[in-house]
Amino acid sequence: MAFSFSIYDFTSFTQWIDKSLYAAMPPFWALIVEMVIIGIVFLGFYALLGLFLVYAERKICAFMQCRVGPNRVGPFGFIQTIADLIKLLLKELIFIKNADKILFNVAPFIVIIVSFLAIAAIPFAKGLHAMDFNIGVFYIMAVSSMGVIGVLLAGWSSNNKYSLIGAMRSGAQIVSYELSVGLSLITIVVLAGSMQLSTIVEGQRDLWFIFKGHIPAIIAFIVFLIASTAETNRGPFDLAEAESELTAGFHTEYSGIRFAFFFLAEYMNMFLVASIAATVFWGGWMPLHINGFTGFNHVMDFIPPIFWFFGKSFFIMWIMMWFKWTFPRLRIDQLLTLEWKYLLPINLVNVLLMALIVLMGWHF
Amino acid sequence: MDHQALIVFFIAAVFLVGFAITFAHFIAPSSKNAQKAEAYECGIPTTGLTWLQFNVGYYLFAILFLIFDVETVFIFPWAVVFKQVGMVGFIEIIIFFFILILGLLYAWKKHALIWE
Repeated sequence: MAFSFSIYDFTSFTQWIDKSLYAAMPPFWALIVEMVIIGIVFLGFYALLGLFLVYAERKICAFMQCRVGPNRVGPFGFIQTIADLIKLLLKELIFIKNADKILFNVAPFIVIIVSFLAIAAIPFAKGLHAMDFNIGVFYIMAVSSMGVIGVLLAGWSSNNKYSLIGAMRSGAQIVSYELSVGLSLITIVVLAGSMQLSTIVEGQRDLWFIFKGHIPAIIAFIVFLIASTAETNRGPFDLAEAESELTAGFHTEYSGIRFAFFFLAEYMNMFLVASIAATVFWGGWMPLHINGFTGFNHVMDFIPPIFWFFGKSFFIMWIMMWFKWTFPRLRIDQLLTLEWKYLLPINLVNVLLMALIVLMGWHF
Repeated sequence: MDHQALIVFFIAAVFLVGFAITFAHFIAPSSKNAQKAEAYECGIPTTGLTWLQFNVGYYLFAILFLIFDVETVFIFPWAVVFKQVGMVGFIEIIIFFFILILGLLYAWKKHALIWE
């Protein structure tokens, strides 16, 4: 198979790598090499994106507060986060007396493994995904909901009351908002008729689902945005690590690189929910197509899919950062009231509304 | 290259964390003293056990979550086949949701949703 690379369609490129590997060596070794390549590529992507997101958050938060933000290390402070990473690597790993040794060490592993596994299922561009499950949406929900175990273990094992309170709050919050995330995704699964992420993206070729499903889709998107912000322990819902009352919540006792992993996982979870929102509601890598406008569609096709995907994801992440730096923190009773008395009933009715619209063919 | 990739991602994540922590163990300074190993509760020495009794409210919400999450798992297959099933599926899901909302209303009425 000849070498071909196109930024619009990665299928032939990945197939070329696959074919040439299998032609060069026995199948077993080809599989191993392929796995190693995928592992390295995703590790690099994961680390780079994490560093970039931390920088972006600091810069955006600075501009929202009329500050300059990091501006000393490198041009526009761009390598500030790398400097921070080196600093965290060189910090002592403090171990707390009476802490549960095994659980204390396992917690950062769980948090990172969960976010890493979930990112594996995201389609970044046409033909550019590590896995394409036929239960993609369900898989991501199932895997990402395990993150709460890491948080609970971290808080429980630290032998610190603040950590324990933070972890319990975080547990109650994440499991509650999990329902809203699931139900708002179901709303779109009803419209798409599939849980496979590639099928969902392909189904938005003529129009993105948020426009196709009009009212219920927009309600589902807003609910998803609120619930996923809460699920990632961010923004106005960050009472699990409320600095003013609990020092740092569940990761108070973590120092050095272990703390860095909790920090990294938070940002990667934000990327994860933003990319799910982009894929499910806003078409993923699919350019903006409007049925019938052939000229317009061709112009939109000119922009490579990977830019569409990252553009949408970063825009949604920007909205989430905007939340964080705009709204004051909620109390735990307000938080649980919002979920159980508002978002959940709205969501249940919304799923029925979407089912009715799909049944009657009232969608575009 | 589909489901094997899961193993790859698992190993890669373990490698990332494990390697970084081991590396930090070698290059990070280490000086032990009794004060450093105290739990950090804003400088005040901690009193009593940490693992003590906890507000039951958290467990209440955990149980409610369990009920509704299992329902969500049941709704997913319905959502996938809904277009083929059509009207029958719609009526069935209305009955299903009716029972579900009844449960939520019961919990609401019993003040289970109020944080105390």
